[in-house]
Amino acid sequence: MNDDLVIAGKSYASRLLVGTGKYQDFQQTRAAIDASGAEIVTVAIRRTNIGQDANSPSLLDVLPPSKYTYLPNTAGCYSAEDAVRTLRLARELLDDHRLVKLEVLGDPNTLYPNVIETIAAAKTLVKEGFDVMVYTSDDPIIAKQLEDIGCVAVMPLASLIGSGMGILNPWNLQIIIENAHIPVLVDAGVGCASDAAIAMELGCAGVLMNTAIAAARDPILMAGAMRKAIEAGRESYLAGRMAKKLYSASPSSPTQGMIA
Amino acid sequence: MEITVNGTPMQLPISVNSVLLLVEHMQLVGKRIAIERNGEIVPRSQFAAVALSAGDRLEIVGAVGGG
Repeated sequence: MNDDLVIAGKSYASRLLVGTGKYQDFQQTRAAIDASGAEIVTVAIRRTNIGQDANSPSLLDVLPPSKYTYLPNTAGCYSAEDAVRTLRLARELLDDHRLVKLEVLGDPNTLYPNVIETIAAAKTLVKEGFDVMVYTSDDPIIAKQLEDIGCVAVMPLASLIGSGMGILNPWNLQIIIENAHIPVLVDAGVGCASDAAIAMELGCAGVLMNTAIAAARDPILMAGAMRKAIEAGRESYLAGRMAKKLYSASPSSPTQGMIA
Repeated sequence: MEITVNGTPMQLPISVNSVLLLVEHMQLVGKRIAIERNGEIVPRSQFAAVALSAGDRLEIVGAVGGG
C-alpha cells in the first residue's frame, strides 16, 4: 500500500521530519538522522563566522542537499519582516528552494508562536511563491486561516518547543486535523516515542522533532525508536482502533470445549 | 574602504570593490552562502557585477543545524 506523505506535490516515504540542531557534532547529527529515516531536515539560517577556517566542514557537506530535502526555518525570528527576510536568503542560499518552515516567535522564554506575525509572514511568502509549512499554536481557527492563506502544511505545537512535555491538548489537534485539507504535522513538544505514536494515532500526517532525539541519552537509539513509533502510530491510525468499553462479556478464547 | 559585514566593521583594501572580490577576500569561494547588501539579496550570478561602496552593510549567511 502506498502511504506516502505528500507535501506541495512531492512524496515522502517517511512521516518523521527532524531538526539538525543540538547534536554533539556533525557525525552524531548524520548518524541520528540516518537512524531516524527522515527525508526532510530542518536547518537554520545564520551569519557565517568571519575568520572561520575556510576548510572546516559545513552542515551541507555532512547532509548533502541531493540526499535530503532541506527545510530552512525562521527560528529566532520575532517579526514577520525578519522571517520573510530570512527565507528570501534561504531561497538564494539553496538555489531557488521553495519549501520552508515558517515560525515567528512571540516570547523568548516559552518560544510560543506569535500567530499575528505568523499570518502576516505567511501571506507575503505564499504570494512570493514559497511552499510554506507553518509552525503555529494549536488554535483551530488560526490553523484554518493559515490553510486558507495557502500554506502547504500546518504544524501546531504539541507542547512548547524543547519542553518534551508531550501532547497536552489532543482535542485541539483532533479538531485541527478534522478541519484541514492539507497535512497537519505536530511540531514541537514530543519527548519520547510514545508521544510520537499518539500524534500519529490522532491522525497527524507527520511529526517534526529535534530535541527529543538530540537530547536523549543515546540520540541514535532514540532516532530509531522515533522512526518505529511514527510507523506504528500511522499503521494504528489506518487500522482503526477497537471501541473502548469498561469491560467485555466477550472473552477472546472459546467458551465451548471446557474440561469442566 | 570601510563596510560592515555581519554587524562587524571591516576595513577593505581599495582593490576589493565588488561582492565577488569580497567573497574571495574572505576566503568564502565555493562555500554555500547567500549575501544581502543594504537589505537587498545579491544573487550569486551578480556577485561580480555588484560594486561595493563605503558604508555598505552586508549580511553573509549559511545553513547551520537547527530545529
